[in-house]
Amino acid sequence: MVEKFGEQVSAFSEPYGMLTFEAPKELNLKVLNFLYDDDELKFRFLTDLQAVHYPDNKGRELAVVYHLHNLVDNVRIRFKVFSDINTPDVYTATGLFSGANWMERETYDFFGVNFVGHPNMKRILNVDEMDYFPMRKEFPLEDQTRIDKDDEMFGRG
Amino acid sequence: MGRPVSYNVNVKPLEKDISIAGMPDGHQGEGFFATKMSDVVGLARKNSIWPLPFATSCCGIEFMATMGSHYDLARFGSERVGFSPRQCDLLMVMGTIAKKMGPVVKQVYLQMAEPRWVIAVGACACSGGIFDTYSVLQGIDQVVPVDVYVPGCPPRPEAIIDGVMRIQDLIGKESLRRRNGDRYKQLLESYGIQ
Repeated sequence: MVEKFGEQVSAFSEPYGMLTFEAPKELNLKVLNFLYDDDELKFRFLTDLQAVHYPDNKGRELAVVYHLHNLVDNVRIRFKVFSDINTPDVYTATGLFSGANWMERETYDFFGVNFVGHPNMKRILNVDEMDYFPMRKEFPLEDQTRIDKDDEMFGRG
Repeated sequence: MGRPVSYNVNVKPLEKDISIAGMPDGHQGEGFFATKMSDVVGLARKNSIWPLPFATSCCGIEFMATMGSHYDLARFGSERVGFSPRQCDLLMVMGTIAKKMGPVVKQVYLQMAEPRWVIAVGACACSGGIFDTYSVLQGIDQVVPVDVYVPGCPPRPEAIIDGVMRIQDLIGKESLRRRNGDRYKQLLESYGIQ
């Protein structure tokens, strides 16, 4: 891995016993392809794909996390790419994993990560009229359109 | 310590084993009985409501208990639960309605024929309940007009029966011209329903 990508893959750690590392977002498909094709690694199953919003991490607020599984040897790894929140463009993994289609739509729905090349980049769970990305930390969890509930009564005045 | 729930703590003596609906006000003599048309229609309607359950969560389970033999909604003439909106009079919305479900509730309401009534069972259907969040409709009265709200999280079957009996009161007292009146048309228009 390090032989092929050199210093570009970094931050290797093992939180909760799962190998985790990150790469520049431009390389995400190359890394995924390498992990998929390599005869020893064989990470050919995408368990999950989602995003995390770190508002204090300037310039790399959005993390897109891939959970990969080697079904032959039963080994799992976690792979992250970070992106600026103003240009949340990440290459889509749908060419490699068909299952990434809905996961990327969900990630777009909640975090606004724009997956470049995705065949059907639109909201999947929330209403189509929604004009923000609710899981980003700048948006309060409560519905902002309600008029009947008085904040004073709920202790958040 | 008293029971936290206050329904049915005052035992009411049973007058008869079988009670029948009371006679409306009117004039009677030998072989005839004269009363208002609206009273007769109301009497017939209110004792044969066909509910349409729209159950999405735990309030729906309480409704199933209400329909069951123990609480037995059939005593109030509403045992015939219809699952086609075109045949039903009473839309019972029980449970959390997500914003994505809102248009579905509205469509079901539109498919029902007039006269139609709506009862919102439980905190979620009434106001969004504990789900004060971006994805949940904060009360179904944002998409359809509601006649009776039953509070509770979830309400006990007694409370649901109470709500149904209040609907019966409304139905029995409703004027025959109400659904043609300007006020009712304005109400529907405020929901964007023609």
